Amino acid sequence: MSSTRMGDARETILARVREALRLPAPPPHLQSPALDPAPTGSLPVLPLEAARPWLPDGGDSPEESRRILGENLARLKAELHHVADAAAAAAFLADLARGRNWKRVATHGHPLVATAAATLACDTERVDAGPFDKDALEACDAGVTSCEVLVAQTGSVLVSSATCGGRALSVLPHVHVVVATADQVVPTLGDALHAVRERHAGRLPSMLSFITGPSRTGDIERILVLGAHGPKELIVLLVG
Amino acid sequence: MTPLPTGSATHPGTDIAAPRLAKKKFLHDAAEHVRDTGHRAFVRKALGGYYTTRDAQKARYRDYEQARDAASLAKWSAVNRLDELLPRFAENFTANGGQVHWARDAAEAREIVLGLLRGARAKAVIKSKCMTSEEIHLNQAMEADGYGVVESDLGEFIQQLRGEPPYHFVFPCMHVRRDEISDLFQKHLGSPPTSEPEELTMIARRHMRRLYVEADVGITGANFLVAETGQISITENEGNARLTAGLPRVHIAIAGIEKVVDRLDDLAVLLPMLATAGTGQPLTCYNTLYSGPRRAGECDGPEEMHVVLLDNRRTEILADPEQRDSLHCIRCGACLNVCPIFKNVGGFTYGTTYQGPIGSVITPHLRGLADWNHLSGASSLCGACTDACPVRIDIHHHLLHNRRNAARTAPGRFERLGHRLFVAAASRPWLFAAGGWWFRKSLGLLKALRPPLLKAWLATRDLPPAPPHSFRSQWRRR
Ligand code: SF4
Repeated sequence: MSSTRMGDARETILARVREALRLPAPPPHLQSPALDPAPTGSLPVLPLEAARPWLPDGGDSPEESRRILGENLARLKAELHHVADAAAAAAFLADLARGRNWKRVATHGHPLVATAAATLACDTERVDAGPFDKDALEACDAGVTSCEVLVAQTGSVLVSSATCGGRALSVLPHVHVVVATADQVVPTLGDALHAVRERHAGRLPSMLSFITGPSRTGDIERILVLGAHGPKELIVLLVG
Repeated sequence: MTPLPTGSATHPGTDIAAPRLAKKKFLHDAAEHVRDTGHRAFVRKALGGYYTTRDAQKARYRDYEQARDAASLAKWSAVNRLDELLPRFAENFTANGGQVHWARDAAEAREIVLGLLRGARAKAVIKSKCMTSEEIHLNQAMEADGYGVVESDLGEFIQQLRGEPPYHFVFPCMHVRRDEISDLFQKHLGSPPTSEPEELTMIARRHMRRLYVEADVGITGANFLVAETGQISITENEGNARLTAGLPRVHIAIAGIEKVVDRLDDLAVLLPMLATAGTGQPLTCYNTLYSGPRRAGECDGPEEMHVVLLDNRRTEILADPEQRDSLHCIRCGACLNVCPIFKNVGGFTYGTTYQGPIGSVITPHLRGLADWNHLSGASSLCGACTDACPVRIDIHHHLLHNRRNAARTAPGRFERLGHRLFVAAASRPWLFAAGGWWFRKSLGLLKALRPPLLKAWLATRDLPPAPPHSFRSQWRRR
């Protein structure tokens, strides 16, 4: 398509939008007195802070957040294991690999992940050491990644393409193991978004993904099955 | 990759080529469906667990009703500032390295996507669930141009193999029994028969894995477009959208213009509300934000990312302030899950891309009130949809508004005559009493004669016996 037609389409749509919005819409039917538009005549743009006390709880202290995270992960059928330090995480992972008879585990260069995978007896495949083979990654039994943060409120693991081994590592292998430190737990989704923006100021990673439990589907008679296209298992190792 | 059959324009469940037939088809299919008690029971059972899981998750909110307010307000303030937010999204997404394409209508959107496929010299295309692509009949257009395309979402894949459109826009194959799926997989994938949902899911999983790796282009939808950061947000449970947007060389996302939200923070409210209302989850399994193609320093991801912004008469809804809020819809499907009409007539009867209450509201706008007004009648006006809606769309009142608008443009002559007669009688007590007497006396005769006017009604119902005295005389005696 020629660029002028594209430009036409953009202009036509925006002109239609402007024209359509000339008549104001009535305010939405809200129940909360806090949001009553009456005093100013216009609706407030709601800051996230205002909605926070209405959403599910993420805990007020680090201990509480960790407890809520644990409850949510259990409900989601994900595993959570507390380990004392990086060496204990490595021992745990090595045991897991041996117990499951894993042949090949995919990893990336994050220090937490590198230490945890250092004592693995099986083959390892690093995805961020030059172009990797998608087929080889698909054949891996497990992928081990770091995360940006863990979200207590929803039991989510937030991974990014910039710091957690790209886009495929956390979703293509059959098991996803996350290695994180206890201080990476944040109370709410809002806090998680805030944290990644601070960390990647002005340059967000091309992908940010909230992973909430192992991949699942209910498409067959609405019966829950884990491991639809992504990992069947999600295992979180919390260090410290 | 073997080309797979897709929903054709002539299939009973598909959008109809000749819309004049829409009403006829609706009445016919509804009657047929309502008689199929086995199917109705199956659909009811499939949706039975929904209420329990959703209510359990709602209870975890500290104040769910106020959270609905927050979600509603976020969408209200975005839709009513679309003129400002849409260009802002486009600008920020472009600055992130993505490319934006604008499509006035379905044909233009198809042409854009086909152009991108040609440019990418695509051989294999993988798709994740995308209702806008159903809306523009993209698969048919791609196949006509010789591209093989596979739907990766399990439900959509099953529907693709069956040659049917989705039955429910969140649960595409909820009407299909497991033995039918087993037969389907046996026929198309050569898999052994099984009645285990788990085993059936694994068959699809194994089949699809190769295709992700081989595809050069991945096509997805988008649930939200974040103006502030130029990101798109995709919500899914299976991981297929992650793989579709992660492995191929080119990622194309197609989204309606109403998907724009103002700030990234808005998602901290909208994502949990979408999951809770839709499926009763705290958050859908994968909620992923994409800001563009792979960045320098990242180890994978597509080289190109495109977003196609689709109008296709959404601006017509926008131009109606009364019903503008129907653009707030986040397609959670809650209104379908609770709708007594949906559960009785089934998803295909609507003959639309978007089924259920919200589909009945927007389809007359998107495709013409004259041909689609009958959907406004497909409601008992019980309001279950409005109660379930996480963004507080006034769904059942909009169905009434559409009935009113239709009556304005094309008033029904018989209805008018009926109303005139009623007004004449109701304003003259003697005439009203005489009419009542006559009616009580002749009810038995009416039943026996079955005049054509009452035939349809009497086919599935019985008239009650006439009371011996009028309501007014009974009242006087008390
Ligand atoms: S109208 Fe409301 S309840 Fe229905 S799908 Fe849209 S957001 Fe969900």
